[in-house]
Amino acid sequence: MRTFGFPEFLFILEAAKWTVALSLIAFIGGALGGLLVALGRTSENRLAQLLSGGFIQIFQGTPLLLQLFLVFFGAPVLGIEINPWVAAGVALTLNSSAFLGEIWRGCIQAIPAGQAEAAHALSLDYFSRMRFVILPQAMKIALAPTVGYLVQIIKGTSLAAIIGFAEITRAGQIINNATFQPLIVFSVVAAIYFALCWPLSLLASRMERRQAAALAR
Amino acid sequence: MNYTFQFGDVFAAWPLLLKGTWNTIELSLLAMLFGLALAIACAWGKTAGPKPLRFVINAYIELIRNTPFLVQLFFFFFAMPALGLRWSAHTAALTAMVINLGAYATEIIRAGIESIPKGQIEAGLALNLKRHEIFRFVILKPALKAIYPALTSQFILLMLSSAVVSAISADDLTSVAANLQSQTFRSFEIYIVVAVIYLLLALAFSALFRLIYKASLNYPDRR
Repeated sequence: MRTFGFPEFLFILEAAKWTVALSLIAFIGGALGGLLVALGRTSENRLAQLLSGGFIQIFQGTPLLLQLFLVFFGAPVLGIEINPWVAAGVALTLNSSAFLGEIWRGCIQAIPAGQAEAAHALSLDYFSRMRFVILPQAMKIALAPTVGYLVQIIKGTSLAAIIGFAEITRAGQIINNATFQPLIVFSVVAAIYFALCWPLSLLASRMERRQAAALAR
Repeated sequence: MNYTFQFGDVFAAWPLLLKGTWNTIELSLLAMLFGLALAIACAWGKTAGPKPLRFVINAYIELIRNTPFLVQLFFFFFAMPALGLRWSAHTAALTAMVINLGAYATEIIRAGIESIPKGQIEAGLALNLKRHEIFRFVILKPALKAIYPALTSQFILLMLSSAVVSAISADDLTSVAANLQSQTFRSFEIYIVVAVIYLLLALAFSALFRLIYKASLNYPDRR
């Protein structure tokens, strides 16, 4: 039987690149989707409001694990070949779209109505209004909670282990099955996640504090 | 797409699904109750406790909030028995949920406690209330009221993330679904039905929390 040594540690550490890659996919996809959801929620179009509201309700009201299963087991039903990579990417993207959309909706709504009215008065169309007036201001408020949400995404990628995607948690399971030293294996796994997430958490709370100080002035 | 949906096998297994749903409700309610108690204790320690205690509580919060729930679950289920602690998947799952919720809820409740104006606590002292009475009536209750929406949405997130405990087969709704799918191979249908059940549970819990608010915290604020 193997014992836990440096090669085992390296095996888990190397899997961290898949965690990071999956997190990036989920974040970039989620940012695009989230922007659409946030714009839909804040638009005056009833249909867009309804669709994005329903999307948020469904993805915030069901477990991420189930969303992952539905994509993984549902795609073959629709005739699409799928592997854990794609399934995890799609499910995490959809999930982050809902959460980021809801966060950003709040940021857009925090911009005083006078700004949109002034843009209207200048006869800017919807696109220019959003692009040059509302979104740049909303982005400033959104930065801190978005960095905070990145931590949630990284932690969320651990669920991909359950459908067999070889990221940190899965690598930990594999090593644990080979060494039967769960204490050290899962401590190492937790430590790697901590090393990824803690700096982001600190950054998010620092940004939040600075923003609060700026608003208090 | 030439797939025929067959929900027959799924609905035929309704007693199992009902049992799983009940187990998820029970697990979540217990975790909320114990997690809230743990969080109140930690929030008290963090705002009024001695420095070493504060350090320990901070370390606990940061550790839990910056690692995935699944890894915490594996730690409790696989690593604790290696330390000599023998427990069932159910107990390990409940413990992991309590510890996880405790960390998130501590931060939420602490924010509520810090929002209580100093004058209110001084008024309590002037009325000759004891320390624990001040904490219970002057600080905690208004603090809980102030952060009630954040706390209850954390509770609902916990209920949803309890699906993860199926990874150690803790008999919850998702475990039942996983068993059913290995017997019937109707995975898509099963997971659709189970996702709908979770959605209904989330709606039911938020209705329950609204009721609790109306019954116990719905008094006028003076601000």
